[in-house]
Amino acid sequence: MTNLAIMPILAAAQDVPIELSPADTAWMLASTALVLLMTPALGYFYGGLVRSKNILNTLMMSFASLGVVGVAWALLGYSLAFAPGSSWIGGLDYVFLRGVGLDSGGAGLAIPHLLFMAYQGTFAIITAALISGAVVERMRFGPYLAFITLWSLVVYAPIAHWVWGDGWIAGLADGDGALDFAGGTVVHVNAGIAAVVAAIVVGSRKDYGQRAHLPHDVTYVLLGAALLWFGWFGFNGGSALGATDIAALAFVNTMLAPAATLVVWMLLDTMNTGKITAVGAATAIVVGLVAITPAAGFVGPLSALALGAIAAIPSYYMISYRSRTRLDDSLDVFAAHGVGGASGALLVGVFAAAVWGGREGAVDGNVGMIGTQAIALLGAALYSGIGTFVLLKALSLFTPLRKPSGEEGIGLDVVLHGEEGYAQGEGAVLVQPE
Amino acid sequence: MKMIVAIIRTEKLSDVLEVLYRANVRGLTVTQVQGHGGEIGNVETYRGVTVKMELHEKTRIEIGVSDAFAERTARAIMDSARTGEVGDGKVFVLPVDKVFRIRTGETDEEAVTPPGT
Repeated sequence: MTNLAIMPILAAAQDVPIELSPADTAWMLASTALVLLMTPALGYFYGGLVRSKNILNTLMMSFASLGVVGVAWALLGYSLAFAPGSSWIGGLDYVFLRGVGLDSGGAGLAIPHLLFMAYQGTFAIITAALISGAVVERMRFGPYLAFITLWSLVVYAPIAHWVWGDGWIAGLADGDGALDFAGGTVVHVNAGIAAVVAAIVVGSRKDYGQRAHLPHDVTYVLLGAALLWFGWFGFNGGSALGATDIAALAFVNTMLAPAATLVVWMLLDTMNTGKITAVGAATAIVVGLVAITPAAGFVGPLSALALGAIAAIPSYYMISYRSRTRLDDSLDVFAAHGVGGASGALLVGVFAAAVWGGREGAVDGNVGMIGTQAIALLGAALYSGIGTFVLLKALSLFTPLRKPSGEEGIGLDVVLHGEEGYAQGEGAVLVQPE
Repeated sequence: MKMIVAIIRTEKLSDVLEVLYRANVRGLTVTQVQGHGGEIGNVETYRGVTVKMELHEKTRIEIGVSDAFAERTARAIMDSARTGEVGDGKVFVLPVDKVFRIRTGETDEEAVTPPGT
């Protein structure tokens, strides 16, 4: 049984290309497309949760990441994350995709290096888009684009390097590294912390705390959750980096853990409100997916069920608590991704089983694994928080981050994009070209 | 009795409802409408087709009140719906001949909320 994901990728870097595996290549091609779909899916998940006057802006916050972060990743981000470098950041060897070709190259996998770059790019794109849930319905679009582009280079790429490149987190525990199968720390804790900081720096929506801001289309929320789940099979299953037994393990766990989270969440909903809510169910699916992400290829299927079930609890109560605070993390990115990611990152330290994924957690007697996980978690969270704060503050010196409250009232679709998501089509006067 | 018909900005509805509630005004009907006032249309572009939206989304509130409540209801709406920009809307006060409460058969002042105070 080989588990490519637990080997720091660059430690395996070789000068002699490895023979490519058609099976691995086929699975990674499919996985890359699956993960790319998650970003539009996230747009619909978020879009349904906002008011109808901001639907296009919210969708665009995700869709635009496909453009700006996708380009930044190819030109610079991939190199900063995965080129040989220091413990803190990758080097510049792969800038402009230099040396990233069709052979296995520096990635040391049995798939084209170029495909590995694209697969990782889909992760950078969605991680940046995740943050948008904390600043919807008020942030100006230009500064948002500048922010996520820079963030993907300055915050995401180094943390990806720490965990999956030859960074310091990969060097923890005498070089065995912390466990982060598909990005519980790199993607979800990172985005969750960045979201809190962004919500604070950008500020609350103008009526936050006085007026309810209700979801305008819960059917979109469920549709988004469904497409996220589908894409997540590529996110976790693909993180085995080949068509292997571990890919199957990660794939099955990606089905089971959210199932358990959903069951527990529905119970919690019943206990707390007497009703099972659809928005709650969609949220539960995402929380379960987030929680299994760091663990997918390291734990057995029953542990995945347990992990998913346990992870429901902290996120559920964080959402209830957050809405009573003054923190306008509007779509609860922190509760779903920050808390869910942290639950998963710690629980993989508990449930990792040598017989499944080859690494021992606390259930195998390796209690120290939980400590290693906590160090990785805190290191990434600290850097993400500081990096996000400095970036947004610096941007705010050049340009306002949000619209005045009157324009926020009209809605960002008309004000920022000059379009309406649900235009009636009546009363529009054609403006003839000069 | 009077019928108050107010056309307001949609985003001001929550503010207006809250003020009406505080003013003890109960029983109203809200409709989403489109209309055209003095404000300049939003310019929107779809695939190179630029249009000016002459009709704006507005919210219409109808409230049947007793004579004593007409003035304060209208004032409450005005105060809470105002932004100071063109497009804040209008409040119309109309005479009402007769009112029946369907459930009880009460008529006129008895049938509007709040009754006679």
